[in-house]
Amino acid sequence: MTASRQGGPAGAEGQQTGHFHGGLRLRHHKKISCAAAVERPPLPELLVVPLLQQAGDMAEPLVRRGDTVLKGQPIGRCQRGAAVHAPASGSVEALEDRPMSHPSGQPGPCVIIRPDGREQWCRLEPLSDWQNASPDSLIGQMQDCGLAGLGGAVFPTHAKMRDGRERKTHTLILNGVECEPWISCDEMLMREQPGKIILGARILRRALGAERVVIAVEDQMETALKALSDCAEFSESHNISLVKVPAIYPEGGERQLIQVLTGLEVPAGGRPSDLGLVCQNVATAAAVAEAITAGKPLIERYITVTGNGIAHPRNFLALFGTPVAHLVECCGGYRGDVARLVVGGPMMGFSLDTDAAPVVKASNCLLALTRDEVAEPQAEMPCIRCGECARVCPATLLPQQLHLQARSGLWKQAQEYGLTACIECGCCDLVCPSHIPLVDWFRYGKGELRKLARENAASELARRRFEDREARLQRLQQERAEKMTRRKQMLKDKTMQQDRIRASIQRAGHKGAGKPGGQIDVRADGTSDDT
Amino acid sequence: MTRSFEVGGAPHLPPRLTVAKVMLQVLLALLPGILAYAWFFGPGVFVQILLASVFALAIEALMLGLRGRALKPFINDYSAVVTAVLFALCIPPLAPWWVSCIAMLFGIGFAKHLYGGLGQNVFNPAMVAYVVVLISFPAAMTAWLPPLALAEHSLGLADTLTTIFTGRVPLAGGWDAITQATPLDTLKTGVEAGRMVPEIRSAPIFGVIGGRGWEWIAGWFALGGLYLLVRRVIGWQVPVAVIGSVLLLALPLWLADPGSNPVPLQHVFSGGLVLAAFFIATDPVSGCVSDRGRLIFGAGVGVITLVIRRWGGYPDGVAFAVLLMNMAAPLIDRYTRPRMYGE
Amino acid sequence: MLISILLMGALGIAFGLGLGWAAVRFRVEADPVIERIDALLPQTQCGQCGFPGCRPYAEAIAQDKADINQCPPGGEAGIRALADLLGREPKPLNPENGEESAKTVVLIDETRCIGCTLCIQACPVDAIVGAAKLMHTVIRAECTGCNLCLPPCPVDCIDIVAAETGPPHWQRPKPQTAPVAVSLQ
Repeated sequence: MTASRQGGPAGAEGQQTGHFHGGLRLRHHKKISCAAAVERPPLPELLVVPLLQQAGDMAEPLVRRGDTVLKGQPIGRCQRGAAVHAPASGSVEALEDRPMSHPSGQPGPCVIIRPDGREQWCRLEPLSDWQNASPDSLIGQMQDCGLAGLGGAVFPTHAKMRDGRERKTHTLILNGVECEPWISCDEMLMREQPGKIILGARILRRALGAERVVIAVEDQMETALKALSDCAEFSESHNISLVKVPAIYPEGGERQLIQVLTGLEVPAGGRPSDLGLVCQNVATAAAVAEAITAGKPLIERYITVTGNGIAHPRNFLALFGTPVAHLVECCGGYRGDVARLVVGGPMMGFSLDTDAAPVVKASNCLLALTRDEVAEPQAEMPCIRCGECARVCPATLLPQQLHLQARSGLWKQAQEYGLTACIECGCCDLVCPSHIPLVDWFRYGKGELRKLARENAASELARRRFEDREARLQRLQQERAEKMTRRKQMLKDKTMQQDRIRASIQRAGHKGAGKPGGQIDVRADGTSDDT
Repeated sequence: MTRSFEVGGAPHLPPRLTVAKVMLQVLLALLPGILAYAWFFGPGVFVQILLASVFALAIEALMLGLRGRALKPFINDYSAVVTAVLFALCIPPLAPWWVSCIAMLFGIGFAKHLYGGLGQNVFNPAMVAYVVVLISFPAAMTAWLPPLALAEHSLGLADTLTTIFTGRVPLAGGWDAITQATPLDTLKTGVEAGRMVPEIRSAPIFGVIGGRGWEWIAGWFALGGLYLLVRRVIGWQVPVAVIGSVLLLALPLWLADPGSNPVPLQHVFSGGLVLAAFFIATDPVSGCVSDRGRLIFGAGVGVITLVIRRWGGYPDGVAFAVLLMNMAAPLIDRYTRPRMYGE
Repeated sequence: MLISILLMGALGIAFGLGLGWAAVRFRVEADPVIERIDALLPQTQCGQCGFPGCRPYAEAIAQDKADINQCPPGGEAGIRALADLLGREPKPLNPENGEESAKTVVLIDETRCIGCTLCIQACPVDAIVGAAKLMHTVIRAECTGCNLCLPPCPVDCIDIVAAETGPPHWQRPKPQTAPVAVSLQ
């Protein structure tokens, strides 16, 4: 565990106890977007709110075209996932497919709201006495308020909490390590709203039933560290420690962070909750605080709009559904020859084909890259087996071999060599002298492995059901055959025949008691007119 | 007003290294050693490098054409040049021009392109080239020169060119007048004749720790190798394993029988061991992938070299050692797969 | 001369005995080949291979009565897997047995279903829920897409629909870039 003093006075700064293999030191480019304080941009004309904003199922719409909605009103419900809410009050203009900032680039169903500018909130239901509320009600509120992981993976928060609760979590880790270059939204949040983060941490800890909280921050985020350690909530809390971690990409990856903080490794194929740990992003914690204490659903987030292709890079507190073009306008527009617009960071973000795409729960950064930055200096060459990729891989994999296997479709071998353990950080890609798009191959490969696993499970199920059906039909056939033989036996047995005839006459006699001439003659050989 | 953008895959920053840059670093690191070579043994080495490079590039172009591949990216990646230079450093400086030609045919044509080209060769192309001509043309390949300081007759550039292109030495005594056995050769024949090592070593052809002149060249190659280490072009595992295993194996031999075994350090500074340790055995394509694998690979090269030197038929066994370990590399890789995170 | 012959002979016998002992001592119990072939088949139970189910097809392959390229739902990947297992050459899917296509499931149009149970009896994996004169429904997660329920339906109320669609099921495509291997032609 961390070297911080457990149960000691708050403000105890802990140390990391481990380090992860590989990784890269990248230039940060964060200062330029941290100069200005975070503001809310003016309301856009239209808010395009996608119904798929999480790692999971799409939400079912709760509103129709023409409906009036209030700010924070639920507009999409998901049975197992987090709900979707209206970011502003207004009218629902349409329910149609629009670009929805999804890595696939595919459009999807969105609720298009025209804000009326009044910003009228719906009725909010805070859980103000959260210290005494049951953890289940806290987690239920998280689901109703649409909370999902705001670090980029958008895993429904309530699901993670339930899983962590079931597996007896003892430590909550708050991930304030924004390791990708250019992104600074978490840093600004830590600088401006440290109290809310700490409050969220305490609520999450209660919901999990955990004992302690560790907040990890990069060592070069000095202002953020100071803001967190100076804030009143921190000094009033107990069992919460701040840990500085080195700024090596991908320090903020869940598995790497756990390895650095605790020296432990999440078992292959397992989850952090297997070790009694749960990781949440600091922005998620802040959103939890809002959701529980003010009852406010998740309708906005800090987003960094930055890059060499933006005139005045800065951070915004943007409503979901805001088209990114609107945010770029508020930053003074584009600058220079912008070749690529990326949602996320330069290492793991996906690129947009239009800036009409909206801000969604997963959008932590909008990065405009100029043509010089993305120009490819060399065509893809064959792998020269230099081994650089393996040297920098934080998951200690062999990207050389995985690439060969993915290319040749050798999925069983790829699984053995750990393709599913790849965190898609992009370190291997960045150091490859042959310029092979390694991460693209691994993402494709992981998709194929998942598909194979699904297909295998489906065919196993089909086989079992088929065999059960065959067994059932055989059994029915056997029963029928047995019944036949029994019947034949009975027909041969005269005594039993006579008993049956007598019984059936009796039944007929009871039935036809009022009939004249109810008597039926039984002949000598046992037959009668009634059989 | 919305704009559309072109789409690309993550990461959105292209890598800074290119294959050509890696190869150029290797060539740069070889330069001090090449200059030292020319200083001690005359301009022949430059001619050989030039010849080998020209033939290598020509054969690479020919093979790429035959295989239906684009020429430009592969010719410009300098990998053929590196193979040519390494080969040229292994052969006598006055070797006839056709030796380079045939060698590059086998090295680049067979060992590299018939196996699939860049990144696919199982065996080190420079070593295949060298071994083929060594076995096929033993006379030409054993006509080594003594250092200029010791030579009775030395050839200038014009005479060097004449010798290389015509095969005749423009001097009264012909080949015998200018060639002399190498230090390793002298050592081997001396030990087999029954003489004591310290006595053999008193000959002028030996320097302080290795062969005269050769030890300096090895030193400069070592410096070049350290440069590559610092620039992260090669890892430390192979050089340390090669040199370490030679020292470790030579030490008990020397302690047990100093009469027939040289001081361990002498083994390191003789022959092509340093060149192999830093430049040849570190060829990533034909070597091992994992760190542990590379240690085993390097140790194997060192051990086999020493065995051939001490008990084998050739004075220097580096080339054979590298090729034998190339054969073993896939198996070593299979058993030294590093533990994955969480395993 | 005689000694070397005797020695070689003795060595040969010794090694032969050693190998025989090792074959027994280190024997690996593998599934019988029919099980392993069946494990590679997609279990659609559709009958397109010409056999009444995947298991009979597996048995036929094991007995060399059927070729490995007769299974359209398994597709090219399936043929390759079978070829790997049996040490044969993979070959293209036999067009007589059908075409490889995207996975589909069936959907019963509830406005037209008359509750005749003919489709329930036809389904090889019991993926249709229902009873006589009651609504029939296909359990989507268990439908293998074999389409055996379509012919028996007297009112043609069963439709074939794509199995997985939409962004939640989206998968990254294979990278299109290839190393510089542009042909000169």
